[in-house]
Amino acid sequence: MADPLMELSGVHFAYDGASPVLAGADFRLDAGQRVAVVGPTGSGKTTLLHLMVGLLRPTAGTIRLFGRARHEESEFAEVRGRVGLLFQDAEDQLFCPTVAEDVAFGPLNQGKKRDEAVEIVRRTLASLGLSGYEDRVTYHLSGGEKRLVSLATVLAMEPEILLLDEPTTGLDERTVGRIVAILSHLPQAMVVISHQKDFLRQVTQTTVHLRDRRLTPGETGPAAP
Amino acid sequence: MVCETYFSGNSVVHRLDPRAKLVAAVAFSAVVATSYRTPVLIAALALAIALALAAGLPAGPLWRRLAAVNAFVLLAAALLPFSTPGAPLVWVGSVPYTVEGLVLGARIAAKTNAIVLVVTALLSTVEITRLGHAMSHLRLPSKLIHLMLMTVRYVDLLHHEYHRLATAMKVRGFRPRATLHTYRSLGNLVGMLLVRSFDRSQRIVAAMKCRGFNGRFYVLDHFRFAARDAVFAVLTVLVTAGLLVGEYAWPIR
Repeated sequence: MADPLMELSGVHFAYDGASPVLAGADFRLDAGQRVAVVGPTGSGKTTLLHLMVGLLRPTAGTIRLFGRARHEESEFAEVRGRVGLLFQDAEDQLFCPTVAEDVAFGPLNQGKKRDEAVEIVRRTLASLGLSGYEDRVTYHLSGGEKRLVSLATVLAMEPEILLLDEPTTGLDERTVGRIVAILSHLPQAMVVISHQKDFLRQVTQTTVHLRDRRLTPGETGPAAP
Repeated sequence: MVCETYFSGNSVVHRLDPRAKLVAAVAFSAVVATSYRTPVLIAALALAIALALAAGLPAGPLWRRLAAVNAFVLLAAALLPFSTPGAPLVWVGSVPYTVEGLVLGARIAAKTNAIVLVVTALLSTVEITRLGHAMSHLRLPSKLIHLMLMTVRYVDLLHHEYHRLATAMKVRGFRPRATLHTYRSLGNLVGMLLVRSFDRSQRIVAAMKCRGFNGRFYVLDHFRFAARDAVFAVLTVLVTAGLLVGEYAWPIR
């Protein structure tokens, strides 16, 4: 069997002075796999995703990404572009004045030339049905548009893993349908957090439950949170 | 919500290159602020009014802005004649109210209004993000520019957050009164806003980090310096030079 893209083994985590969020969590993600993480609000699902990209560091246990154990910030920084995290609140993700600048931010940080970045922006927006949004001001977008543009900012970096933190919360049915259609055509491996069963059933294959500070696999087949 | 009253127009002034406008506004303001001669100040005020008219600024918001500024100017102008030595116009008790003081007040009023009009006509007609880009092209410190752009980006959000909290208080029967309960509740409101802003700033930093932020911002926008910008630049040089000559080199006073 090929190496997993991501592997968490015996991960413990607690915020300073608080009771532990995770105690001995194990997780494995293979290429092309789409996993739903379900669990009650406040059980640490967002924390789990933040650990996976190294925004938080485990108090014990190891996180392996792309075949190497990652401990230091520099080791995570190396692979940030290969793991795309979509934040729960699009307002946090879109901080540039215009859509084009926000989408270009990641590619430019990856060392792309200005012309290449402009081309990536054009291509990414077009693939999400957002052509013509380049010069729109991010804070004037609607909630659904903000979410789609956030997804564009993540996809522009061409990640191999997508971590999606409640990508459909607060969106109308039409926009959710649009996001489902987009996600089902993407080749990336995904970890998806959501409370919407229908949505998870459509975009993920397996389910993992976060309960009692551990991750336990649910039955295979369509997600049944 | 913020700073968006003026840039919706489509006058010649709106279409000028933001870099040219920024430089012109700074140059004009510097010259006028340091000028002292009455004819120079009158000329500057006339030019400023002409520019404001050319920009087709909306009258309502412009008057409100000028009223706010002139409230301070009038207060200063009313009090200056007491402290400026010169020929007394009237005596208030044993204190002279001088003509020189009134003239000085009028000069300050002319200066202030000229600068406010020019800055409004030139800078408020640029979308704030484009102004940021212009500053960046003019090699201003990037920290300053990003502080400005981030503020513009998030001040609206904070405003909304404040309204959400205030509404939540209102529907539970909160009415501001001069009571300890009111002060404590308002204190909580401000505290909550600060905590939320801090949390949000942490999340934004995290989001930026995820996308490989390494302390550098890149600018995508590029401006084209058109013929009308060249004309405007030449006019700016002529006007500022003219004002400087009037101030320092004109033989008669």
